Amino acid sequence: MKNKKFRSNLITYGIVIAAFVIVQALQNAGRLSSLMTGMLVPICVYVVLAVSLNLVVGISGELSLGHAGFMCAGAFSGALFTNIVKENLTIGPLRLVLAMLIGSAVAALFGLAIGIPVLRLKGDYLAIVTLAFGEIIKNVMNIFFIGQDSNGFHFSTKDQFSLNMEPGGKVLLSGPMGITGTPKDATFLAGVILILVTLFVVLNLMDSRTGRAIMAIRDNRIAAESIGLNIMKHKLLAFTVSAALAGAAGSLYAHNLATLQAKKFDYNFSILALVFVVLGGIGNIRGSVIAAIVLTALPEMLRGLSNYRMLIYSVILIAMMLFTWAPRVLEWRERHFGRFLGKKIKEVE
Amino acid sequence: MRFLFYLINGISLGSVYAIIALGYSMVYGIAKMLNFAHGDVIMVGGYAAFTSAVTLGLHPVLSIGVAIVVCTVLGVIIESVAYRPLLEASSSLAVLITAIGVSYFLQNLVLLIFGSNSKSFQSLIRIPGLSLAGGTLVISGEMIVTIVACIVIMLALTCFINRTKMGQAMLAVSEDKGAAQLMGINVNGTIALTFAIGSGLAAIAGVLLCSSYPSLTPYTGAMPGIKAFVAAVFGGIGSIPGAFLGGILLGIIEIFAKGYISTQLSDAIVFGVLIIVLLVRPTGLLGKKIQEKV
Repeated sequence: MKNKKFRSNLITYGIVIAAFVIVQALQNAGRLSSLMTGMLVPICVYVVLAVSLNLVVGISGELSLGHAGFMCAGAFSGALFTNIVKENLTIGPLRLVLAMLIGSAVAALFGLAIGIPVLRLKGDYLAIVTLAFGEIIKNVMNIFFIGQDSNGFHFSTKDQFSLNMEPGGKVLLSGPMGITGTPKDATFLAGVILILVTLFVVLNLMDSRTGRAIMAIRDNRIAAESIGLNIMKHKLLAFTVSAALAGAAGSLYAHNLATLQAKKFDYNFSILALVFVVLGGIGNIRGSVIAAIVLTALPEMLRGLSNYRMLIYSVILIAMMLFTWAPRVLEWRERHFGRFLGKKIKEVE
Repeated sequence: MRFLFYLINGISLGSVYAIIALGYSMVYGIAKMLNFAHGDVIMVGGYAAFTSAVTLGLHPVLSIGVAIVVCTVLGVIIESVAYRPLLEASSSLAVLITAIGVSYFLQNLVLLIFGSNSKSFQSLIRIPGLSLAGGTLVISGEMIVTIVACIVIMLALTCFINRTKMGQAMLAVSEDKGAAQLMGINVNGTIALTFAIGSGLAAIAGVLLCSSYPSLTPYTGAMPGIKAFVAAVFGGIGSIPGAFLGGILLGIIEIFAKGYISTQLSDAIVFGVLIIVLLVRPTGLLGKKIQEKV
């Protein structure tokens, strides 16, 4: 059993590393279109996002629709840090690592602060409140102005001029216009390393005593409580770790963009991550990785269909959901393809 | 006077939210799913009314009728093609994602047909406004119609659910599908009827929304859809008076936040109030508390 799990985890790491090697080889051979090259870092970000959301949705069993909010918090704190130190600290990779650490720390704080009230709720109520928190984070980031001059930092919620800076002071964050001029520190290698770290954290957490406790709570809350598991503590742990990973992904994302604006992180972004999780298989980490890669690359591959591509994308999405989830289709698959394509339908008692 | 003006504005916006929330709440009650495509049905209703009134030059009342028919049919089709096969799936998330797929589909279909330019929607409501207090307080015809429509719909729905056999069937199905089937209720038919009513209400909401805020894009429905869901949760999801109350309160809070605090923060304030309400009353203002049994 232990060995099987270990092998399964190795395959997951292997897929990521193999994908990295193949992409690098293609890139060196000049076979990668500039469009695909531009997609590499975002794909890494989406993979981390999907895996970290799977920790909450799949492992902890809570539907969260506010993942983009944590990403937003991580992105802005990371980008602010880089913009403050960019003159003094010129080593790109080191700066990026620090920014990602700061981004994940800030997002973890948000996760902790939001998790404490939110995790008392259940089911769809929890979903709508996380969505609400995500939107609040986005809206609040949208009105902040931060500037820096020789006197230190200036804050405002009105506009650039009410920062009252000396001439020569620089504006770091300008409300809805966001953060501009973040150096492009994000690389594909950094993205892949972040994916591997994320996988390491999540897979090991799942395989630990804590992880088993979290899954026990998901499967039967009352039974878990009755054997003395602290429900709140475990749920909060999963939620906070997930937020921290999303924050790191956000920080990476911010270092790939010329302008970082809060409006990018609306609830559609959270929903996108949820689509990856559900399509890849709820609770299946490897599935999340693959779904995130395929679904991010798919609209680009459909680009030849120009205007019809998003329409076709949505049809494919609906069809895939019906194919993988509808009980009738599952039954049919089992009857006609046996073990090969058929998924065993769990009996619901 | 400013206070009164905001209040009436808020009630009018809240009425639109309430109409959408009524549909949302009914659909949620019966199918137990977050229907993310509901907002896009509103948008389709807006476009249907726009096309029949402007392009085809139909009478306003007739074009509202067209919008209702289009959306009702659309709702039934969506339910039978995309949702029904998944209602018995092992995870309730499956149907949620499919709803998102339907939402993308509707947005992009409309984008292809009508383009991404925003259409300026001419109000279909031909009722003159009221001028009160010597002209300092003007209530537009759209506001009056919206508020009246909302109250009429709320009362009609309450009557329908409590007084008719089909309404009772809806309640039974939302309570326990299996038991309802054993009592000889056509469960699939009842669910389809619920979607039909919900989508018809969405069409009315779409027309009213676009009459008051005359700009129509393929993404018009998304935010009102989410807000209406918030309203439904706010009032206690599954409860009709709850959806009404939640919608009106949400509209008032939004307009007051816009007027007195900050336009940019109004959404954050609306969501903040929702969070506080849910933390104090986890099942909404008028929601029933369900005891968990082992």
